[in-house]
Amino acid sequence: MIIAAHGEAGARLRDFLDRRRDDIIGSWVETGFFGEAAGDAAADVRADCENVLTALSHVVETGNLHDPAAEPFQEIRALLGGLAAQQARQGNTAAQITANLTWLKEPVLRLWLDEQPEGQQRTEDVLALSAALDTLRLVVMETAVTEGADIIAHQQQQLAEMSTPIIKLWKGVLAVPLIGTLDSMRSQAATESLLQAIVDQQAQVAILDITGVPAVDTMVAQHLLKTAMAARLMGAECIISGIRPQIAQTMVQLGIDLGEVATRASLSDALAYALNRVGLSVTPAQRG
Amino acid sequence: MTTTAASRVVQVSSEMDIVRVRQAAREAAVEAGFSLVEQTKLVTAASELARNTLVHGGGGQVSTELTVQQGRTVIRMVFTDSGPGIADVDQALADGFSTRGGMGLGLGGAKRLVDHFAIETGPDRGTVVTISSAARRGRRR
Ligand SMILES: Nc1ncnc2c1ncn2[C@@H]1O[C@H](COP(=O)(O)OP(=O)(O)OP(=O)(O)O)[C@@H](O)[C@H]1O
Ligand SMILES: [Mg+2]
Repeated sequence: MIIAAHGEAGARLRDFLDRRRDDIIGSWVETGFFGEAAGDAAADVRADCENVLTALSHVVETGNLHDPAAEPFQEIRALLGGLAAQQARQGNTAAQITANLTWLKEPVLRLWLDEQPEGQQRTEDVLALSAALDTLRLVVMETAVTEGADIIAHQQQQLAEMSTPIIKLWKGVLAVPLIGTLDSMRSQAATESLLQAIVDQQAQVAILDITGVPAVDTMVAQHLLKTAMAARLMGAECIISGIRPQIAQTMVQLGIDLGEVATRASLSDALAYALNRVGLSVTPAQRG
Repeated sequence: MTTTAASRVVQVSSEMDIVRVRQAAREAAVEAGFSLVEQTKLVTAASELARNTLVHGGGGQVSTELTVQQGRTVIRMVFTDSGPGIADVDQALADGFSTRGGMGLGLGGAKRLVDHFAIETGPDRGTVVTISSAARRGRRR
């Protein structure tokens, strides 16, 4: 059954929502969904509540109770998206955010019931009000999910960019500590920043350290080889260091051949090799 | 006697899911008391096969289960897709054969990294690869 609240019921509900505006907003502020209502933020929180309540009252009036895409809801989507994003940043999942919204519905229904004379509650009114509040919740869930997806995409992008520090170990010697899972996006970002650094710093040797890479499969190996090849084209030699015993054993069984790329067990071995390539050697200091 | 613990299923439809498969393999290997080398072998084989499921098979699913067989903990992983399948399995297993410009080591390499390897496939039949490995030293815990 579709509950339509046009006509009288719609008008009654709209009247109720407008009349009890302050009470409803007061109870909504307490839920915390609209944010901390302390100090300067109090006015903003009230304004957000007002906007949501206005949308709700338009929805009950027009009778379009079940449609999350209804015009009045469209107008507050950006606002709800912002609130959902704020909650997501605090670590709440879309499911938790939606669950918290139950607390918006209850006080409204309570206020409505308190007003009704004993034994004369109009069922169609309470159903309509309840339906509109449920649809509001659906709208928030939709925006929360979209916001969540956006945040994840954004974080992936950030991770791809920040997880590839290029360290200058010596004049002409660069090191790239590769850490964690190398998906194609991060690998690509790492290669690009390394090649740029080789040009900028006129590096002759670049050390790719894989101490922090938990497993080297064919994709990672291919990435390392391609990076070494590209570096060579730019006039720099690549060394792969930090190959732990379990990784070495696995790579052999997998059949990976790093060809002409120099490898060293530790970063310090690789540095010694690199310094040698740029014509330096490390000797104990003369004392006394 | 064989007892099977609840198996874990990961749907594979993006690169992120390959990370999940690796995590599932790693967790199972730790649980089964695998040494670091054994863990790395299983995780690497799982990574290869999951990538094949995604790249060649167009996505699918991977199940991981721990079973105890005669006191030894065995990890079994099944990689299932309903993609184009493989017409010539021997050729696909051969090192260096790739239809996608890869190194062509994944399938054959994965086979070398595990104790048991089975593949069921054929043109337009999809592909099911089943691998299993046990800890050399038996269960530690
Ligand atoms: N699940 C699958 N469905 C269809 N074809 C597959 C599947 N797995 C492997 N193949 C075929 O077998 C070939 C060899 O697979 P293999 O994993 O050894 O190499 P690859 O994936 O091409 O490269 P890489 O060395 O990066 O893994 C693939 O190129 C592909 O043609
Ligand atoms: Mg492969």
